[in-house]
Amino acid sequence: MVAPVTTAVGDGPKGDSTGKAAPGRGPGRTWLAWLVVVPFLAYVGTFLLYPTVLVLAGSFQDSDGAFTLANLADLTRGVYLQAFLRSVELSAITALLGAVFGALLSWAVAVGKPEGLLRRVVVAGAGVLAQFGGVPLAFAFLATIGFQGFVTQFLRDSFGVDLFATGAWLFELPGLTLVYTFFQIPLMVIVFLPALDGLRPQWREAVDSLGGSSWTYWRHVGGPILLPAFLGSLLLLFANAFSAYATAAALVSQGSPIVPLQIRGFLTGEVLLGQENLGKALGLGMVVVVGVAMGLYALLQRRFARWQR
Amino acid sequence: MAAVTKLTRSTGRAVARFVILLVLGVFFLLPLFAMAEFSTRGAGGTRSLASWSGIVDDPDLVESILVSVQLAVASSLVMLVLLVPTMTWIRLRLPKLRRLVEFLCLLPVAIPAIVLVVGMAPLYAWVNYFLGDSPLTLTFAYAVLVLPFAYRAIDAGLSAIDLKTLAEAARGLGASWGTVLLRIVVPNIRTALIGASLLSVALVLGEFTIASLLNFNTLQVQVNLLGKRDAGVSIAVSLLSLLFAFVLLFLLSFIGRRRRDTAVEEG
Repeated sequence: MVAPVTTAVGDGPKGDSTGKAAPGRGPGRTWLAWLVVVPFLAYVGTFLLYPTVLVLAGSFQDSDGAFTLANLADLTRGVYLQAFLRSVELSAITALLGAVFGALLSWAVAVGKPEGLLRRVVVAGAGVLAQFGGVPLAFAFLATIGFQGFVTQFLRDSFGVDLFATGAWLFELPGLTLVYTFFQIPLMVIVFLPALDGLRPQWREAVDSLGGSSWTYWRHVGGPILLPAFLGSLLLLFANAFSAYATAAALVSQGSPIVPLQIRGFLTGEVLLGQENLGKALGLGMVVVVGVAMGLYALLQRRFARWQR
Repeated sequence: MAAVTKLTRSTGRAVARFVILLVLGVFFLLPLFAMAEFSTRGAGGTRSLASWSGIVDDPDLVESILVSVQLAVASSLVMLVLLVPTMTWIRLRLPKLRRLVEFLCLLPVAIPAIVLVVGMAPLYAWVNYFLGDSPLTLTFAYAVLVLPFAYRAIDAGLSAIDLKTLAEAARGLGASWGTVLLRIVVPNIRTALIGASLLSVALVLGEFTIASLLNFNTLQVQVNLLGKRDAGVSIAVSLLSLLFAFVLLFLLSFIGRRRRDTAVEEG
């Protein structure tokens, strides 16, 4: 209700002049104006909204299309509940590790030259690992600490240490935690570096000239200002790990410890009769978890924006 | 006394920074080094480039690389054709719709690709029925995936120019809307368009989830498949694709910089 009013005020003079230049063509032109947006809306409707609705609606249907809550009820027990708990655990741990180490790395980069090579390399590298890694990251770790990996061989030949003495942990949850941290730290750098850049040097100088120490500054000025951004980034990292699929799929080829891999099972045909829509219910569960995390992230982001003006 | 405190503080800071960069530097560079080491292993402890030359010797792999490159170009084009006219038009004539379009463009962030592909599987049954089962049909899905990245880049570009004045001046001189779009708007936001395209290219080249679950042979799908029998080649291609994405984003950092400089000069 408010938005159209402000727009009308802001565009007042221009809107009027257009109206006068084309008398009587008002409704027709509005109709034409909307036409320009139709291809975009049709495309997004077909390839984004339709598949999404299909998943959401399907999770409330049985195999005959009748309404049911059985799929959602199945999520709350057995292997599916365990997969959700493991996914949440994996996402929470890697989000925390990523946020802490990513914040430290951001700080180390932020105190350097803003146009320096170090910063450019770190930011570009972080972009690659955080957003475009996927399958190559799984192979990076196979080359490092896989059965024939560089570090595995080195430790075995030089120190007689067997990395896999406790089992094939790289292909289970501990391995996923390590590999996920490898893309969570870079994502933290991408989202947290702008927040650190927003800290004004004057604030630090003010604390210095009033006799405050580094601790005083971070405890009473820097910390409280950065806290919303830090918590927001933590949520974003959580959502990121929770949605990730490619790295886990390339690394774990047997079993489905986490939700995205459970969904893979449904898509590649390991489906029991009458459970076709359970995969969609798993999808709905993921959307809800990611949606809540992203919603809170948006709220915190807005709160932090006050300090960046 | 104060000077001494200040000195220790800045030394402490330098040491802390050095330790952080060293530890995390090793954490991030070790796997990359290991990939280089692993992919150059020869028989009996020798070094060999067999894995690297194996990249071009494998026809399936070459084919999948070509498919991914075509997909990257096609998805960038579809993204530009969808977004540029729509976003320009909305700023000029339909500001009411701006929130909606922004929401739709950022929506793929909140819907994991693994969930999207569940809904896309039945949709692609239709797409492949009408258009054949060419892997290039993935363009439709990829143009959606790149929307959030592309939207932010183009939105920043459009915010940096005085779109209304430019468009009104051109219209006043008798230009059609098509001319305004192609000869006024596009040249003025070209760095943003290049940025959006580079991000899309990098994203499409690295995409695995949707391609693998819809059974299309793209680069990442082939790399994953190959890893089961010849880890050396897979690791070589993986390293290559990471380095390629790095070069793209490194170039992007210079483009983004230049645009901001121009904006400052003009302002």
